[in-house]
Amino acid sequence: MEPEIVKRQETGEKDYVNREQDNVAIRIKKPAAVKEADNKRERRYKDLDHVIEQYSREPGQLIRILHKAQDIFGYLPEDVQAYIAEKTETPVSEVNGVVTFYSLFSTEPKGKCTLKVCMGTACYVKGAQEIMDAIKEHLKVDEGETTADKLFTVKSTRCVGACGLAPVLVANDDVYGEAGAKDVVKIIHEYRKGEKIESSEH
Amino acid sequence: MKKPEFSPAPVVRKTGQLYDNPEKVVQKIKLTIDGREVEADKGMNILEAAHAAGIEIPSLCYLRHINEIGSCRVCLVEVEIGGIRTLQASCAYPATEGLVIHTASPRVRRVRKTMVELLLSDHHRECTTCIRNLNCELQNIADNLGIRNIKYTGEMKELPIQNKNSFIVRDYNKCIKCRRCEAICSKVQEVNVYSAINRGYDTVIAPAFMQDLSRVACITCGQCVIACPTASLTEKECVDSVWEALEDPDKYVVVQTAPSIQVTLGEVFGYPVGTVVTGKLVAALRRLGFDKVFSTDFTADLTIMEEAHELLERLEKHDRLPLLSSCSPGWVKFAEHFYPEFLESLSTCKSPHEMFGALTKTYFAEKEGLEPEKIVVVAIMPCTAKKFEASRPEMGTGSMKDVDWVLTTRELARMIRQAGLNFHDLPDEDYDTPMGISSGAGAIFGSTGGVIEAAVRTAYYLSSGQELDVLDYEELRGFSGLKEAWVELKGRPIKVAIAHGTGNARILMDRLKAGEQFDYVEIMACPGGCVGGGGQPVFGTREHKEISLDYRHNRADALDRIDYSKKLRRAHENPAVKKIYEDFLGRPLGDMSKKLLHTYYTPRGVLPGFNFGELKGSHDGHNKENKPPYRQPEFIG
Amino acid sequence: MKVRNIEELKAVKEKYYPLIKQRLGYRNGLGLTQIMICSGTACSSSESQIIRQELEQELDKHGLKEHVRVFKTGCFGFCQHGPIIMVHPGEIFYCLVKPEDVKELVQTHLVKGQLVERLLFRDENTGIRTPSIDDIHFFKAQKRIVLRNCGEINPEEIEEYIARDGYFTLADIILRKQPGEVIDIIKKSGLRGRGGAGFSTGRKWEMTAAQDVTPKYVVCNADEGDPGAFMDRSILEGDPHSVLEAMAIAAYCIGANQGYIYVRAEYPVAVDRLEIAIEQAREIGLLGKGLFGSDFDFDIGLRYGAGAFVCGEETALLQSVMGQRGEPRPRPPYPAQEGLWGKPTLINNVETFANIPVILRAGWERYRGYGTAGSKGTKVFSLAGKIKNTGLIEVPMGTSLRTIVFDIGGGITGGRRYKAVQTGGPSGGCIPEKFLDLPIDYENLKEIGSIMGSGGMIVMSEDNCMVDLARFYLEFTQDESCGRCTPCRVGTKRMLEILKRITEGQGEMEDLEVLEELSFDVRDASLCGLGQTAPNPVLSTLRYFKDEYIAHVRDKTCPAGVCKALLDLRIDEEKCIACGLCAKACAVGAISGAPKQPYRIDPEKCVKCAACFAKCPKKAILKGAGREVIVDEKTGIFAGAGGPENRATL
Repeated sequence: MEPEIVKRQETGEKDYVNREQDNVAIRIKKPAAVKEADNKRERRYKDLDHVIEQYSREPGQLIRILHKAQDIFGYLPEDVQAYIAEKTETPVSEVNGVVTFYSLFSTEPKGKCTLKVCMGTACYVKGAQEIMDAIKEHLKVDEGETTADKLFTVKSTRCVGACGLAPVLVANDDVYGEAGAKDVVKIIHEYRKGEKIESSEH
Repeated sequence: MKKPEFSPAPVVRKTGQLYDNPEKVVQKIKLTIDGREVEADKGMNILEAAHAAGIEIPSLCYLRHINEIGSCRVCLVEVEIGGIRTLQASCAYPATEGLVIHTASPRVRRVRKTMVELLLSDHHRECTTCIRNLNCELQNIADNLGIRNIKYTGEMKELPIQNKNSFIVRDYNKCIKCRRCEAICSKVQEVNVYSAINRGYDTVIAPAFMQDLSRVACITCGQCVIACPTASLTEKECVDSVWEALEDPDKYVVVQTAPSIQVTLGEVFGYPVGTVVTGKLVAALRRLGFDKVFSTDFTADLTIMEEAHELLERLEKHDRLPLLSSCSPGWVKFAEHFYPEFLESLSTCKSPHEMFGALTKTYFAEKEGLEPEKIVVVAIMPCTAKKFEASRPEMGTGSMKDVDWVLTTRELARMIRQAGLNFHDLPDEDYDTPMGISSGAGAIFGSTGGVIEAAVRTAYYLSSGQELDVLDYEELRGFSGLKEAWVELKGRPIKVAIAHGTGNARILMDRLKAGEQFDYVEIMACPGGCVGGGGQPVFGTREHKEISLDYRHNRADALDRIDYSKKLRRAHENPAVKKIYEDFLGRPLGDMSKKLLHTYYTPRGVLPGFNFGELKGSHDGHNKENKPPYRQPEFIG
Repeated sequence: MKVRNIEELKAVKEKYYPLIKQRLGYRNGLGLTQIMICSGTACSSSESQIIRQELEQELDKHGLKEHVRVFKTGCFGFCQHGPIIMVHPGEIFYCLVKPEDVKELVQTHLVKGQLVERLLFRDENTGIRTPSIDDIHFFKAQKRIVLRNCGEINPEEIEEYIARDGYFTLADIILRKQPGEVIDIIKKSGLRGRGGAGFSTGRKWEMTAAQDVTPKYVVCNADEGDPGAFMDRSILEGDPHSVLEAMAIAAYCIGANQGYIYVRAEYPVAVDRLEIAIEQAREIGLLGKGLFGSDFDFDIGLRYGAGAFVCGEETALLQSVMGQRGEPRPRPPYPAQEGLWGKPTLINNVETFANIPVILRAGWERYRGYGTAGSKGTKVFSLAGKIKNTGLIEVPMGTSLRTIVFDIGGGITGGRRYKAVQTGGPSGGCIPEKFLDLPIDYENLKEIGSIMGSGGMIVMSEDNCMVDLARFYLEFTQDESCGRCTPCRVGTKRMLEILKRITEGQGEMEDLEVLEELSFDVRDASLCGLGQTAPNPVLSTLRYFKDEYIAHVRDKTCPAGVCKALLDLRIDEEKCIACGLCAKACAVGAISGAPKQPYRIDPEKCVKCAACFAKCPKKAILKGAGREVIVDEKTGIFAGAGGPENRATL
């Protein structure tokens, strides 16, 4: 790490502090839950290794690798981007540039269910905005945000090509055609219920 | 051309990239620009062809051979295609036989104006308080186009200024997305710090994750700073701190000037490129109030002594070859990030200005009876990397740094202006003694090839006891990106290589990695060496003097002239150097030398701040072979 | 099984042809009933997959499995009426089928042999139910060349494509024809790129073939990003092999051995079908080394987009195929000269490729028989918006908008009036009523300020605000701008800001002038097609619907009642029955009234949420302009900058 100039409050004098100390790993015995999280992390990176192994032989497969990495991790945090950069011997600036260029890549974790309101023209002229407003109202979040319980992420999306069914709401991979503001509440409720069952099983 | 008598005669192969091949035969073409038939070289773009015909087309994103992406749209011209006038970016459109072009039609002028207005509508216009005031390309073009009001207004970006480092400040709010920084960093330097992040209106040109430059594998060379048309990238200015030191009666302020400052400072004050202004430089510094005005050329001579001994020692023992030069801090950091396996081969010599600082606070302090704590060492450098180097914790003893403040050529020029000195009217004065005495060898440190040339002059003497008759290794000069030659030392030919610009360094280092044998390698981070450093003057004009290799060549020629003009041309002949060894250091590579003049290096990795070590151990399929851990030299406390 | 020569290809065809023949309407005594279930994205999302499973179960229960087979098939285009099921023999067309209808369908149709009347298509105007697809007007008025196999074959079986004469053209060309001959035929056919500007496909092939550099590449642009356009998706879902075959033909003609299909990741079904198709083609040797025993090798790789509209532009697409940010670069050099990895590259879009096998089989003379002087063949359009029959149609070039919207499309929904059709998506313009009878082709569309684009048609009724629409498209392009060049990055932002001001009632009359000027400059100065065409929606609405802009700016009203800030909610006293529902719905207490008296809205208190509008049982609440707006006709002229080569295949 780089030494960094910090201004000392008392004297106003500039000094150079080596930030390296921040990175010193403190070894303590890890509790089981942490260990499991570590294992999970390790497994995911192992999966990512396979993906990189498979695709890095072909030229220009960065986007495919990023897609797969997002499938594995759910999103593309800085660590994952840097890891891909290192493994594929690509400058990390380039990886980050590609990730931030394409709207399907997310650098923020997403909720269990992503509600996507199609904002294609056909849907828009048939009232997609009202659906979006209803969702925002109901979940009390803004576009692009995730609910506090990490269940729902709300997004607007480009035309999904189901214009015949406009307006369209996509919940994860399920497409709901000719959706109305009323249906929104029903769909959200369904997913909530599903989540309740899932969490009580745990 | 006379060659050194010892044979074999140097065999020179010139490789590298992005440099014109002067022997190229050019075909001529004819085209019509603004109703006039003109001649141009085949392969030129419209912008160059117009320039050759005396017509200047304004542009912001274009850098010849480096950035030809046609993105700012300021250089638009009308090109007749199939009888229809279409607008094309002249920097990206090839000039071809018979083309009909209009560079200043009403439509062209209107659209150009709109483009600049749009850029200004998203630019923090603080011209009067801006560091680039009066040498800003955007300002110049806005003036040339006569923009008096901006029709288009709206949201303006408000991003925090990134300055948490000691060398370069990034102000995203002044960025016009010309991408010249990105191009020079990735295509010329091949460091790849910058990329466009996000898209559309939210695009920023930034290091990965928009981190501060201190957090990424940046080599701090500052080429991006001189490539920037506005004040979006600037050096970290410390003029005020130097003024403060000068005003403090308790402080004894010593200044040193790097070799290349003598040949570039004049440009800022209107002298033609390549003018040597050493005398006026010294006079100006005295008038600014520095207690002693010394020259880094002195410690350049000292560096040669140390490095030549190091070379001979390693040649003798066949140890850690090739010896890699270490006087360019940009290159040193480049090696620390990208070629850590070669850090052992890097010469342990500090760069000359650090040696200077260390000696000022010991030898000089002792001699003059000064308290080292009260001495402030200011270095005038062509370089932003030296700012970073000065901030390295290993460059100093305890809390005392070798060099306290590094000013770029630009900052010095600002101080001269602030003091109201009329540079032209200054008399020619001499450096103070003893640390202002230098040989010609020290001067040529400022351009590519100079270190090897200077070191060979001394090493030849040290190994044979005879002086070289011919001192000018023409073959080692010149601006080819990569030069290789054989020279004779200790009765055997040794193979030397010279690279400038880290893009060329990469080529050379990859060859070393592949197992090619060299004995002595000089690398300078900036194209052209220090004469092309990231701290040299910028002018904000369309000619891009600060980037052009032709201009750097002229500056290098001036350094050669300084060398020729000197009576002393070999470092070991410098009486002040002899004396410091007698009085203080003992001998080259002696204990005192090692303590004060030598340093060590830290492997930094390509991804500082990320640690995948834990993961790698367990399941890395194609792990790179494990290198033995880097050994720290013993003399470090 | 490998196909190494024409004989083996013929053998495949013969084996599967009976199935196809029956579907084509021949009574060939197959002794089999075939049920085709649409598996396009639209029908799938309306549970066509569940229907298929239930159908299989139900058939099993009745022991009908031997006599009835169920097939997936591609999009019929009649998406409004999906999920669609077709039964052969008889070409019986059932629409709006639900999973709960399956039992009855099996019981009545398959066991008893009677039609399920209530699931047959019912003509809204006549009220008559039509059993056979051939009698449905929506289909009768079309000419399906590109969509020839959609609904006819199972896209997941290469053999069915072969049974429809698939890959015979490729065999014939590889074994018997010279590249030059083929390119000549394509040139003579008059086929033009279906993705955007309509550059001559034959000339593009010729340019790429003429390059003396190897390797070369063939790229299929399947990055259909225009909102409201889904023809490419439907082709890939319904007939992927036609694209693969065409790419192989193109590769043979230009001298390439590797192809790439760049497909949107937002199209999971199309991606699936492509993967299956490529796998099957490789398996039987129609992709890979030495096709049909010749020394011609060809293989195809899939590359996914990741959500960037600009990647429809060919130079941006190439960047993205190489795994980079999809940023366009200036042309020349054209992709035909320097494309993927700096090598000559041929890029055509899906629909263009899908035309190729037909042209080569049927002959260019026949193909030229369709269309207008400058635009040959057919065009697939997707109909969406305020139109009764939304879906996918294919008509000869030169068909009028009136035929498309009112005849095939069934007219405007809800008894409203036609206002405009937007063609070409965010790159196109709005076409007002006065051009309804204009034959639709490349030249005419350009003339009136729009473009063909990929063929999306969004129908707008009087309920749509044209200023809001322009703002919507600008928001889209501004969001999708790659950020490389100044006019697109900053210019579209400033345009959008002006439009937002106008729709929020903050606009000034000077804004209209500045907006128009800036639109021209962004159009002229932008680096790629996205920026060059981004102002089209603004310019065309300014040209044909200036009165609406003026209403927003001068009178601060939105005549269509869309722009919230300008809503003018009033109660029609004639219609109001004083039920009081509106007053209950109003959150701010802006509505007051008494029994048997018309209610009133206090404009001072009203926050224009339109909750009352939704609640009123008598539609007595009016929104929109209360005043008449008078406009003087002042139109700007624009037709797009530069030549066609300057336009991207957006």
